[in-house]
Amino acid sequence: MFGKLSWSAVPFDQPIIMGTCGTIVAVLLGLSILIKAKGWWPYLWSEWITSVDHKRIGVMYMSLGLVMLVRGFADAIMMRSQLALAAGHALGYLPPEHYDQIFTAHGTIMIFFVAMPFVVGLMNFAVPLQLGVRDVAFPVLNSVSFWLTAAGVALVNLSLFVGEFARTGWLAYPPLSELAYSPGVGVDYYLWSLQLSGVGTLLSGINLTTTLLKLRAPGMGYLRMPIFCWTALASNLLIVAAFPVLTATFGMLLLDRYCDFHFFTNELGGNPMMYVNLIWIWGHPEVYILILPAFGVFSEVVATFSGKPLFGYRSMVAATMGICILSFLVWLHHFFTMGAGANVNGFFGIMTMVIAVPTGVKVFNWLFTLYGGRVRFTVPIYWTLGFIVTFVIGGMTGVLMAIPPADFVLHNSLFLIAHFHNVAIGGVVFGAMAGYTYWFPKAFGFKLNERLGKATFWCWFIGFYLAFMPLYALGLMGATRRMQHYPDTHWQPLMLVALAGAVVILIGIALTVVQLAVSIRDRRANRDETGDPWNARTLEWSMPSPPPVWNFSVLPRVARTDAYWEMKKDGVPRRGLPVSFAALHLPRNTPVGIFMAFFAVILGFALIWRIEWLAAAGLIGAIAVALRESWKTDREEVVSAQQVAAFERAHGTPEYYLAPAGDFDGSLEIGHDSRRVRVATEGES
Amino acid sequence: MSSGEEALHGSAGMPLALRGPAPPKVVAGFGFWLFLLSDIIVFAALFAAYAVLSGSTAGGPSGAELFDKSRVFLETMCLLASSVTCGFGSMAIFRSNARAMYVWMGITFLLGVCFLTIEGREFASMVAAGAGPSHSAFLSAFFALVGTHGLHVSMGLIWLIVMLLQVKTLGFKPMVTRRFYCFSLFWHALDIVWIGVFTIVYLGANSGHAG
Repeated sequence: MFGKLSWSAVPFDQPIIMGTCGTIVAVLLGLSILIKAKGWWPYLWSEWITSVDHKRIGVMYMSLGLVMLVRGFADAIMMRSQLALAAGHALGYLPPEHYDQIFTAHGTIMIFFVAMPFVVGLMNFAVPLQLGVRDVAFPVLNSVSFWLTAAGVALVNLSLFVGEFARTGWLAYPPLSELAYSPGVGVDYYLWSLQLSGVGTLLSGINLTTTLLKLRAPGMGYLRMPIFCWTALASNLLIVAAFPVLTATFGMLLLDRYCDFHFFTNELGGNPMMYVNLIWIWGHPEVYILILPAFGVFSEVVATFSGKPLFGYRSMVAATMGICILSFLVWLHHFFTMGAGANVNGFFGIMTMVIAVPTGVKVFNWLFTLYGGRVRFTVPIYWTLGFIVTFVIGGMTGVLMAIPPADFVLHNSLFLIAHFHNVAIGGVVFGAMAGYTYWFPKAFGFKLNERLGKATFWCWFIGFYLAFMPLYALGLMGATRRMQHYPDTHWQPLMLVALAGAVVILIGIALTVVQLAVSIRDRRANRDETGDPWNARTLEWSMPSPPPVWNFSVLPRVARTDAYWEMKKDGVPRRGLPVSFAALHLPRNTPVGIFMAFFAVILGFALIWRIEWLAAAGLIGAIAVALRESWKTDREEVVSAQQVAAFERAHGTPEYYLAPAGDFDGSLEIGHDSRRVRVATEGES
Repeated sequence: MSSGEEALHGSAGMPLALRGPAPPKVVAGFGFWLFLLSDIIVFAALFAAYAVLSGSTAGGPSGAELFDKSRVFLETMCLLASSVTCGFGSMAIFRSNARAMYVWMGITFLLGVCFLTIEGREFASMVAAGAGPSHSAFLSAFFALVGTHGLHVSMGLIWLIVMLLQVKTLGFKPMVTRRFYCFSLFWHALDIVWIGVFTIVYLGANSGHAG
């Protein structure tokens, strides 16, 4: 009746796990009581959960990422404290089978459920605004994508309460991940949660690629797109090309585990190294799926806060697209030790060094944008400067490991761990934080607290160096990854420094929460009245903050890159308003996304525990939801011309045609102030 | 409208990239093309796995011993013919001719069922002969690749029924014809994948390169 599921699946005897579960249940219960008491549910349901507005979905992706960051970081601090203790005769407090689940969950969560939601969320929020259009290509599909990611998150977190998580490392290499060596449900939780969220990511990639290639404001040719859109295009092309490989590879492993196939088994001709090749054909592009949008954020930030156009826009585009292609030609550097031979290793080593070249081009472009600029030291520029320094160090250790003989020594050592955290934290996390701070006022209409933002930055920056520089040294001394205990007590002092670093990062994460709370409290004082709090360059800043559901009442017309900056320079109204407004057709909100996710969770859970009837129920439910949606004809709602006009009137004082004073007046040398024209409110009537 | 904005207006003969958002049918078709490309990459991974494992018979039967050329030829003809009838069906939709559409799409459906029946019998006979997917890595790769294609055809048939019901209940609304357009792209793409399966799996086995 219930497959492999029984009460013994709940780890009642493990105080750490039960404590965590208790806390999560208490928080969820508390939240539900609060929502019920305050009567927030209808608002949440109609404005957020069922929303198909790309801005709302972007915000929900970011929130999901932030929540999961806490979960993933809890795993990190457990690992660091375990290793700070478990030297010599001491064994620490985490038994090996639990420790193995923790490092697997940490890697899986941080990549799939923290970094991906951050990056996809930023792209969802900013891309349509920057392109000057009303939404993504397929708004309902966008909601489904988000909720499928959330379904993956639900399964991963469920594994904490019911059953176990994989003990295989974050990529679940066979034969260890085969049924013979991992008979429990841990690997199944891993596979099904990633299959669900992977489908979500793939659909989101198709959606955003279509948006970028087919929906742009009139006049926005490819070489007039903001650079963040270019990086988003490269990232989403990689999603469309790489995620299917992940789906297929996991599919084969699932067939091995469920139907006694022999793709990757030790016996009957199976080939475990084929899994490693396939997974890294997805895995290396994935690295660039995450980092390219972060590069895009830094490019926008550096141009905005230097008050200059980005140095070498076209070379930045070329570098981005170059990385997009080259990222498929380096996968084997993750396992030089496979022993493919000198020629093959040589090829992939050289390709790995080659891919560092466009990245270097980017670094120089950012530096030359800063050079001679009037740099405003705001929080986003802090993250950017921190990134440039940190990422260059991480990049250099990467190029070091691109040399196959060096990699044979450093493979699977803590040196490698230090390297990829160096680029993942220094690149993706810093980029996500920069983007979060940069676009927050656009999303919510008020700025984040500047002082706390800087404090957060310093915690992450210092914490990162404290936590990971010792790992470089330990790696060179011979410490391996995924090690639960070590006999050599000489390593312990460095392990303690690393733990201190993790604690500093913990303070940084706590400060992010404090910053959010304080900024919400002080929102009136930090309100963004102009829609352009940073004196920025791209179209999203030409709108009020937050923008209306329909984004642009009138699609902007674009003549050059940095469209909004050029409009400000020319004294053209930020949003040229017509004599009368037209009614707009918007996709209606729909619960199809969350319903699909609900049935997907049931399906995944049932498959994990081998409960056939429940799996069938989940599948039929999901299909029924999809069919019901496909028969709906009333899919659009109309925003009347009067409503649009009323919105514009409310935000349409004569001043809004004008660029904000202050910074803008200070840039007289560029010569636009003299040409600024005061335009009367002729847009309304 | 300000003079500045007027100056920004482009001319009628501007390049496609500058003309602003594309119409819904173009957007839907383009998105679906991207989906098809991603789906073809799923098959690419399965083809790669088959190429790696096709010699790993673990002492069991090889492709050359198992595959029945004439049966596969018949199977292939069913699928290729169904692509032609699907094309005629699409033309009927273009002319909003419901009768012709039902006839051609009905034939498409039947040809799809024939294809699946032949494939199902092949699978059943292999399993009965002790050459199921659990027997060797080669057979695992074979059943996964060909089976995934068969699963796609099955889903295509279900989709076709849904589309016929949608035409029946909703008529030729733009929403419905857009979906039918996507369905026909899907159906033709399955043909292209099958050409790969036929060449690499079946002909490859007979020429002795695989198996």
